[in-house]
Amino acid sequence: MNFRRIAAYFPAFAKGYIRNPLGLFMSLIFPVILILIFGAVFSNSGSSQVPLTVENLDHNSPASVAFLSALNSTGVVTVNVVSPDVGNLSTYLAHNDLSAGLVIPAGFNATLSACAAHLPSCGPVQLLVFTNPSSGSEAGIVEGAVQGVANGENLRIAGGTVVVAPVNLNVGNQLYRYIDYLVPGLIGFSVLVAPMFSMVNVSSTWKRDKLFRQLSLTPLTRGEWLTATFLWYVLLAFVSTLLLLGVGTAVFGAHVTLTLLALPFLVVGPILFVSIGLLAGSVSKTPETAGVIGNIITFPMMFLSGTFFPVSLFPSWLVPVAHALPLYYVIDGLNAAMVFGNASAAYLDLAVTTVLAVIFSLAAVRFFSWRED
Amino acid sequence: MQEAGAWPGGTMTNSIEVSKLVKTYGSLRAVDGLDCDVRTGEVFSFLGPNGAGKTTTVEILEGLRRKTSGEVRVLGFDPWTQLDQVRSRIGVTPQDFHFFPKLTPREALRLYANLFGVKPDVDELLARVELQDKANDYYDTLSGGQHQKMGVALALVNDPELLFLDEPTTGLDPRARRAIWEVIRHLKLEGRTVFLTTHYLEEAQQLSDRIAIINRGRIIATGSPVDIIARFGRPERLRVVGDPALADRIATLGLHVERVDGAVEVELRSKADALAILALVASSGLRWDRFSIQTDTLEDVFISMVGRLEDGSTPGAIPEEAGK
Ligand SMILES: Nc1ncnc2c1ncn2[C@@H]1O[C@H](COP(=O)(O)OP(=O)(O)O)[C@@H](O)[C@H]1O
Ligand SMILES: [Mg+2]
Repeated sequence: MNFRRIAAYFPAFAKGYIRNPLGLFMSLIFPVILILIFGAVFSNSGSSQVPLTVENLDHNSPASVAFLSALNSTGVVTVNVVSPDVGNLSTYLAHNDLSAGLVIPAGFNATLSACAAHLPSCGPVQLLVFTNPSSGSEAGIVEGAVQGVANGENLRIAGGTVVVAPVNLNVGNQLYRYIDYLVPGLIGFSVLVAPMFSMVNVSSTWKRDKLFRQLSLTPLTRGEWLTATFLWYVLLAFVSTLLLLGVGTAVFGAHVTLTLLALPFLVVGPILFVSIGLLAGSVSKTPETAGVIGNIITFPMMFLSGTFFPVSLFPSWLVPVAHALPLYYVIDGLNAAMVFGNASAAYLDLAVTTVLAVIFSLAAVRFFSWRED
Repeated sequence: MQEAGAWPGGTMTNSIEVSKLVKTYGSLRAVDGLDCDVRTGEVFSFLGPNGAGKTTTVEILEGLRRKTSGEVRVLGFDPWTQLDQVRSRIGVTPQDFHFFPKLTPREALRLYANLFGVKPDVDELLARVELQDKANDYYDTLSGGQHQKMGVALALVNDPELLFLDEPTTGLDPRARRAIWEVIRHLKLEGRTVFLTTHYLEEAQQLSDRIAIINRGRIIATGSPVDIIARFGRPERLRVVGDPALADRIATLGLHVERVDGAVEVELRSKADALAILALVASSGLRWDRFSIQTDTLEDVFISMVGRLEDGSTPGAIPEEAGK
């Protein structure tokens, strides 16, 4: 391995890449376009109604149903009632990435009737209101709506005495929004797409045009060539990551951080997909076959690895499919490293990705040859 | 300009030695027991039709293909197993030369220079192949002739003592072809050894010190163009244009007489035969218009040895083999 030769070859490869607008578009511009589109379509905008998840422990009593319909008619929240079987609502909200919830306690109807009849069993009932501080204005909207409806009830039933008392609680800071998943997902997308689209093409058309033969006439070795190629796609992955992070946080306020633990994925990921692309191109006889094989490999991974939607939202039968795709581990690891701060999950994903990268790069070296026999 | 013998291998008498070389592709024997030597400092040409095995042989010599059997030495090394010792001392312009579409000739030469770790005069190289004006144009905007010139310039970056040029002028217009011929002549003047393959007779004849005629993976004649004609050509012939009855008259001298295109051609065993024929014609009283002496050209020899492969063959070029 001679670094002078790697340094000599690298700029030539980079120039060839940069001067081909399609390659640069696919690897850097396209993911940014995707984040703008998906981010805009799937992020909640401030003007729409806030979904409010309600657990009604009072068995759909008339008073509780009336209270919820009053809440719904405020027009600022949309009430979604869930079955009491879900258990602890706070946990349920956290698990399902919901930002606002309300618990109506058992005995709500009985207490309100008692107050209306001025019976001694009248006493304040507590409504638990869960909101997430990180979701900003949403919390205020929900708290205001519940308080407003409660005040109306208090006036109607008890002439202003507090009977219905909302208690505001935090769901916790474990709230993730779609955009938070989208950033690592699209970083994974560009880690996949940049090498796959061009390496399949490179390895097959260069073979056809005998460009590897041309390089083999110089002292550059196959290993040096491969190293320079890896370096280029690692560089692209870093640039793409910075672009997506920038757009994600600046435009959509994503809560994603580029932690140290995310970096190895940006190195091992490109190595893995350069190898797979090279392999696909090397085993195909013509560039056309190579293109088809490349697409067969790329497209399922592009959609089913958690790029656009988290795998946790997939129907259960699709989850094992996702787990069989190499890109899943890159994206899962990036999520663990950049969003959840879950180091042990990230290490596991990194281990899987590294093993795959080693296997595929050895296979690529084995099947890809400079010279003819 | 480089002096002959300035390279380490320059003192050797043979730059290339090949014996009993065989290369098979499945059941096809593309190279079938080929022997040849290339002397240091000469321009040596493989002349043969398409599919004769030229490229296969050359690529084995360049270390790009593995031989099936036989012995091959290039500058004293086995090019397949000892390519590292050979690579920096040879220059190669492959058949169907292609390069990276979005690099310019100047960038390509710089790339090669950096990979070889040498510092050639890039402008001089570009000027030598007449690419100065195209130095900064992308490869994919250049013409076929310019591609080929760039291929030759790349082969020169590492100042090689031995060059392989595989059909460097195939498909080029006459002007571009002559430009490449000039480059090759210059290489010889510099003392470099050139291994050229071509299917243009004129090219082989103009440039080569020695030619090997190759057909079906075997060499069927080797030597200087003059040698080959002397050895494999027919004897000189006297051609008489005139009364057809002359043929029978001349035959009485015991010579082999043929009618060719309305003229009479007589194979000469010696110069004296010519004088005898002329005396006979003069005394015969028959009409005669013209005399001339016919000598075989390389083309005549080639056609008689390899055969006129297909119809419509143009003088100087051997027709393309169908489907190739
Ligand atoms: N890689 C290969 N695989 C199979 N057959 C080949 C291969 N390369 C050349 N041939 C065949 O070997 C013969 C010689 O080819 P080649 O050396 O290219 O001849 P030339 O250069 O004289 O035109 C041809 O019949 C050709 O089809
Ligand atoms: Mg050839």
